[in-house]
Amino acid sequence: MSQIGPIFRALMRNKVGALLIALQVAVTMTIIVNAIHLINARGDLMGRSSGLDEANQFYVTSVGYANDFDAPYVIDTDLGGIRQLPSVDDAVQINAIPMSNGGWSMGLQTKAGEGENSVPTALYMTDEHGLNTLDVELIAGENFKATEISYRDRNTRDWPQSVILTEALAKSLFPDLSPTEIVGQTVYIQSNEPLTIIGIMDHLQAPWTGWTTVNHSMLVPNKFDSPYSRYLVRAKPGQREQAIEQVEQFMKQREVGRMVRETETMTQVRMDSYRGDSALQAILWTIIVVLCIITALGIVGLVSFSINRRRRQIGTRRALGAQKADIMSYFLTENVMITSVGVILGIAGSIALNMWLVSSFNLPRLSYIYLPIAMIAMWTIGLFAVWGPALRAAQISPAIATRNV
Amino acid sequence: MWLYYTRLAWLSLKRHPLLSLLMSGAIALGIGAAMTTITINYLMSADPIPEKSDRLFYVQLDNWSPNEPYDEPNEPPDQLTYTDATALKAQAPAQLQTALAQSGGVIEPQGLGKEPFLARLRLTHNDFFTMFNSPFLYGQGWSDSADEAGDRSIVLSKSANEEIFAGENSVGRTVRLEGKEFRVVGVLDEWVLKPRFYDVTTGAFNEMEDAYLPFKLKETMELPNSGNTNCWKMPEGEGFKSFLTSECVNFQFWVQLDSAQEQQEYMSFLNAYVEEQKKLGRFPRPLNNRLTDVMGWMEHENVVDDDAEVMMYLSLMFLAVCLLNTIGLLLTKFSFKTGEIALRRAVGATRMQLYQQQLVETVFIGVAGGIGGLILAALGLLGIEYLYGDQVKDLASLNLPLLGIGILLAIISSVLAGAYPTWRTCRIPPASQLKSE
Repeated sequence: MSQIGPIFRALMRNKVGALLIALQVAVTMTIIVNAIHLINARGDLMGRSSGLDEANQFYVTSVGYANDFDAPYVIDTDLGGIRQLPSVDDAVQINAIPMSNGGWSMGLQTKAGEGENSVPTALYMTDEHGLNTLDVELIAGENFKATEISYRDRNTRDWPQSVILTEALAKSLFPDLSPTEIVGQTVYIQSNEPLTIIGIMDHLQAPWTGWTTVNHSMLVPNKFDSPYSRYLVRAKPGQREQAIEQVEQFMKQREVGRMVRETETMTQVRMDSYRGDSALQAILWTIIVVLCIITALGIVGLVSFSINRRRRQIGTRRALGAQKADIMSYFLTENVMITSVGVILGIAGSIALNMWLVSSFNLPRLSYIYLPIAMIAMWTIGLFAVWGPALRAAQISPAIATRNV
Repeated sequence: MWLYYTRLAWLSLKRHPLLSLLMSGAIALGIGAAMTTITINYLMSADPIPEKSDRLFYVQLDNWSPNEPYDEPNEPPDQLTYTDATALKAQAPAQLQTALAQSGGVIEPQGLGKEPFLARLRLTHNDFFTMFNSPFLYGQGWSDSADEAGDRSIVLSKSANEEIFAGENSVGRTVRLEGKEFRVVGVLDEWVLKPRFYDVTTGAFNEMEDAYLPFKLKETMELPNSGNTNCWKMPEGEGFKSFLTSECVNFQFWVQLDSAQEQQEYMSFLNAYVEEQKKLGRFPRPLNNRLTDVMGWMEHENVVDDDAEVMMYLSLMFLAVCLLNTIGLLLTKFSFKTGEIALRRAVGATRMQLYQQQLVETVFIGVAGGIGGLILAALGLLGIEYLYGDQVKDLASLNLPLLGIGILLAIISSVLAGAYPTWRTCRIPPASQLKSE
């Protein structure tokens, strides 16, 4: 520690060089802190549960085009056939696929009338097989009965009587009631049409992963009379590939005047939905790694040169009795001093950059836990980089002091 | 003389090959990262129709609920109702104007082994092709009378024509779409708009449509809605008709206005139209009509992805780190050469000459870094394409102006990196360094 004074004075003779390393450390830390923060924020988004049994589910689209295409007949016989297949657990027609970013939303209100406060929710139309196919559990109330399911088409304006809500949606509508108390309550759709809540399910995401109320979903006991129809299929555990093959084969061999579009697994749907997020993560990781390497190499280069320049002084110090460890610790201490300046600037930079990102791009605010972690990381990188050159400096023979260049 | 400087620089660089590599490598990485992200941002924010983007205007009318705006603060909806889209077209005060809607339908190509396919459809008026400079390979858009009557005329994209007619001139032939026969009136040439500015409501970089049909068919064939449909109150009454007469927005509208005066006149027309509708009990909100030109609309719809912008700023900071790195290394390296420089000064070289000699060395590093950077940028763009897939199709490629930006960036970077070290080295007084050693 007694070395700090002389090291500081020596540094002051090459202010610019030291300042450059410090600045480099500062900017590197600024980028790393904000990049890691972004990576984690996206990781949190991607880590949210959809509520599904994604590994075993897939969907397939059927588009009827024949003039005599009879949608309800085809849908009912398709579903009947698919449910019989040996590798299939269950299947439903559904109007929107979770996480696919396309779907239908409506507002629900607890009081009837226009202008009343309304809570937005996604709408999934399924039959009584919906809960099992989606793999969501009822926590209160009951499932739809087969007799309750009705067909609707795009011009249908009225709604069936009973609905099942996610717990999150139920809580937003009735913050003071427990799930069992909410069962049996009435909510209003399209301002005035009453719906009875017959069940509360644990969790099911809306189709839009970026939606602020992504946990608000509602099941409606409807099938959709349209030539364009999607079936969500849940395979028996581990039999997804066989199920896809069997479902496609079954549907294609039926001659009912429709085309079968390619199957997409829920794993693919999730990947597509979060593709931008995982790509951003990959890019930011690359930037972080390359940045650390560049900063480390820069320090190696600068220190090596300054050691070369000071060979005679080092030799002289050794000749006057300095241990190898003294020489090592000289360079390590010098590095820690420079890095510390950089780290302090880096804290300011990180916070400033984050504030700017928050205000310009609506990104989440930085959690301060990243700062000490990044500081330790920067010191480690600095010491790691300086270790090799310092070790070589310590090997300089004392005899060099007596030589002329 | 420059040749001599070049040789000197080369010798100096060769004396420390690792260090030279590190310096130009750092610049290359910085430029590579910066160019990759600049390219993406440049292409995302590019003007899709530069020859007339300031003369094409997107129309917004505020038919929303009296209780709340469509979007805070007091933004009108980003689309129109069917009622308004057809009325604006029917009254047609401007020379060119068109309504647009997305739809979809099954096309059944005739012939053995040809599978039916689901086609992306664009419902529009014939002004569309004139306004947006669509390139025709065969034929042309449909007639005004086809627009009014809602004839089953169709314009195919190049790829759809290849799929259905193997690329032959199909004008006059028929296509089966949604179970109905359509007459082909035109086939487009390859046409890609990035962004597809005329409808960005479901994503600015979506693919172009497979076929274009007269707008009126929406009503007569009851074609399905695609894209976003937003309603502040539910359609009243039964049937498809009730949707078309409802306050639900699902339609876009563009108008071409060639002068400021035409713009003013069109705006007064819109205001008069809304006032007229208010008398019928529609448009409960205060007058809030908008006319926005292409680039203004792209800005309003936030076409450049926030992630792309954030990455660009981070990579510019990354470039800054690389430059700081190179400045530091050059400084140290040059300070090592003080003896040599002082000697040269002592034997008669002017400061200017020395300055030039050092500059040649930094330019070497800069050029090497620039070339390396462009190669890395090309690799980086391949990586982006791999990571994002179809989302960035045609958005991840270098073109001539971008290469220019890249080279400029490399030169500025190396001059920035070299200027201070060079200047400082050349201030050494002659002979001062000769004494000690």
